Amino acid sequence: MDFELDQEQQMLAKTVSDFAKNESPVERFRKLRDDGTGYDPAVWRKMGELGWLGVPFVESVGGFGGSFIECAIVLENLATTLVPEPYLASVVLGGMTLARAGNATQHESYLTPMIEGESTLALAYSEAQSRYDVSAIETTATPDGSGYRLLGEKVWVLNGHRADHLIVSAKASGGVTLFVVPREAEGVNVTVAKTIDGQEAAFIKLDNVAVADDARLGEEGSGAVVLDRTMDYAAAAAVAEGVGIATTMLQMTVDYLGTREQFGVKIGSFQALQHRAVDMYAESELLRSISMASMVRADEEDPRTRRGDISAAKYQLATGGIWVAQQSLQLHGGIGVTDEHDIGLYFKRMYALNALFGDQEHHVARFASEPSSF
Amino acid sequence: MHAVMNLTFTEEEDAFRQEVRAWMQEAMPEGLRRAAQGAGGLNFEESVEWHKLLYAKGWIAPHWPKELGGTGWDATRRFIFNEELEMVGALRISVLGLSMVGPLIMQFGTEAQKQRFLPKILRGEEFWCQGYSEPNAGSDLASLRMTAEDAGDHFIVNGQKTWTSWAQNADWIFCLVRTDPAAAKKQNGITFLLVDLKTPGVDVKPMLTLGHAPAFCDTFFDNVKVPKENIVGGLNQGWTVAKALLGHERTLLALIGPSRHVLHKLKHIASTKTVNRRPMLEDPKWRAKIARLEMRFRAHLMVSYRALSDQQKGKMPGPEASILKLVGTKLIQELTELAMEVMGENSLTWYNEGVCAPIEESIGPYFCYERSATIYGGSNEIQRNVIAKMILQLPSR
Repeated sequence: MDFELDQEQQMLAKTVSDFAKNESPVERFRKLRDDGTGYDPAVWRKMGELGWLGVPFVESVGGFGGSFIECAIVLENLATTLVPEPYLASVVLGGMTLARAGNATQHESYLTPMIEGESTLALAYSEAQSRYDVSAIETTATPDGSGYRLLGEKVWVLNGHRADHLIVSAKASGGVTLFVVPREAEGVNVTVAKTIDGQEAAFIKLDNVAVADDARLGEEGSGAVVLDRTMDYAAAAAVAEGVGIATTMLQMTVDYLGTREQFGVKIGSFQALQHRAVDMYAESELLRSISMASMVRADEEDPRTRRGDISAAKYQLATGGIWVAQQSLQLHGGIGVTDEHDIGLYFKRMYALNALFGDQEHHVARFASEPSSF
Repeated sequence: MHAVMNLTFTEEEDAFRQEVRAWMQEAMPEGLRRAAQGAGGLNFEESVEWHKLLYAKGWIAPHWPKELGGTGWDATRRFIFNEELEMVGALRISVLGLSMVGPLIMQFGTEAQKQRFLPKILRGEEFWCQGYSEPNAGSDLASLRMTAEDAGDHFIVNGQKTWTSWAQNADWIFCLVRTDPAAAKKQNGITFLLVDLKTPGVDVKPMLTLGHAPAFCDTFFDNVKVPKENIVGGLNQGWTVAKALLGHERTLLALIGPSRHVLHKLKHIASTKTVNRRPMLEDPKWRAKIARLEMRFRAHLMVSYRALSDQQKGKMPGPEASILKLVGTKLIQELTELAMEVMGENSLTWYNEGVCAPIEESIGPYFCYERSATIYGGSNEIQRNVIAKMILQLPSR
């Protein structure tokens, strides 16, 4: 039993946290949100140079042979100042899917450049009706010559409007299958949609997009298992980010309670608010603790040992994490409900994380249906 | 980069768990096992029997130094041992002696006190109770009023202690008494004093608890003569001695073993019921209800594993360990409440024989007993006051 990060991991955490604080404070997120730029490819390249984009991948594709723990460390610390570069979308959703499903040539063409910060990826898996079920899709892949034609519509594709390559799920005769599609390919129609947390995502129409056979990742029908696995990584990633959000919100709130005065005293001296703050602390430590379990479990091959803690972690985000966000806003009073104060930006990010990769009911049902947990 | 973070027990630790479990299976007489799992748990005589079995095995005081009768186990093995003990529903009776006054005597006691008291605690020959709370000194413990007047080589003690759990069976009581009523700060006028309950003038009145076990008592002191050699830690140093205890075994109040135990029980009970003519455990709604608490338990378990990981390295647990009591006591209440809910009408049963399954008979009394969990050991409200001040460093008024 050992919950301590090793020296390299601690150093990684510090480097990322320093970067977030010094080079990408919340004002940067705000500015890029307001001018419509979203994020900066130069910063993405720098993340590649620093090695952050390759932490979970093997050396042979240009990665650093770490584990998902390193990924979670980066995500948690980037979240502390809402760094907008598409780490979750590109490294976790796109990268982890490609790493598991692709062959060496595909890794070299799509994964390695992403790790170097030269390009970004997106995963187009969700459809209007599918609601957390990666197999409930209607997009089709119809054989056409030696390749396929893709027809369908994907929703809420994170980084889908900026990614160089999309990984798209579609039903082929063998079942759910994954394909790599250049975003600029003919027939790929991207509509940008704003998200609650001040970011953007894409709705993507695939209008008989022609893809060659070598764009297929793995065998026909192998996509569902891979996506299922990616969703576990993504849920663990969202929780890691949620830890960064919750701890930051708690600290901001405790600071506010210690400075704001009413009735001639610091409001943090009121017992009702102290007790609330302690309960927030408890929820955020529960979230951090189960997040540690989920980031370790994410790399487990056996779903019976992997899923339980990941669902438990996402459930804690949906309950405790959301509660911390709500109370942080409440204790800030009126200023918390203005766009000009940062606390609300974190609040909205927590809700975005809550809605992605399985909500509370989804994970309760999944946990409850696993015989291993009973 | 290679991950060293590791959330599992080692093979040796798992083997240790098996060894403990196997021994408990074998060494615990059937009667004790039934009693431990039944309504009200072990009574005093049964607890003493269990204490002596553990003592004979050398396992009665894992957290004591080896030379005083401890086992020499590391923090992880102690954690595993406690969990297994709690899983059979049979904690040691002498928690107040073994985990509270024992370690304090080791830390603050004289050589004579150590030799006089520790071996008898270990062998189960003397049992202890705690005299802290008074009718008007609960959460505000420092306002206690029981007096110890200087009468040369001894004190004359007068007053009342309450919630003196197990006093009706105990031989000794460790008390906080007021020795300097004039002290400017009320904490500075308190002494930690050991009192023999057989001394003339001591009167113990047990009271029934909601769980119906006579666990609590009122203990009255009427001109009780107590030799000064029974002071632990020096005159007027009682508050310091009492505070030292707060750091000891804080993780015990996380109630990991009891929560796991109730979770097992409630699933077992659910497996014997039907909903809409189908097994209750196959009903998605009930499964979801249980799942929510089990997921909460997992998060709580990870907080206590973090504390354990620190202790294993010989470090003090981090600040997050301060939430273990808050979260664990609330969770055990929610779990016992869900067990009642799963039982449906059977949750009406109260100390019957042959009415419900014995496992169901155990739930109601335990549910009632655990209403005290959020009150004992520093009420959860007091815990929040302390965490707000010590950890979040919020301003005081």
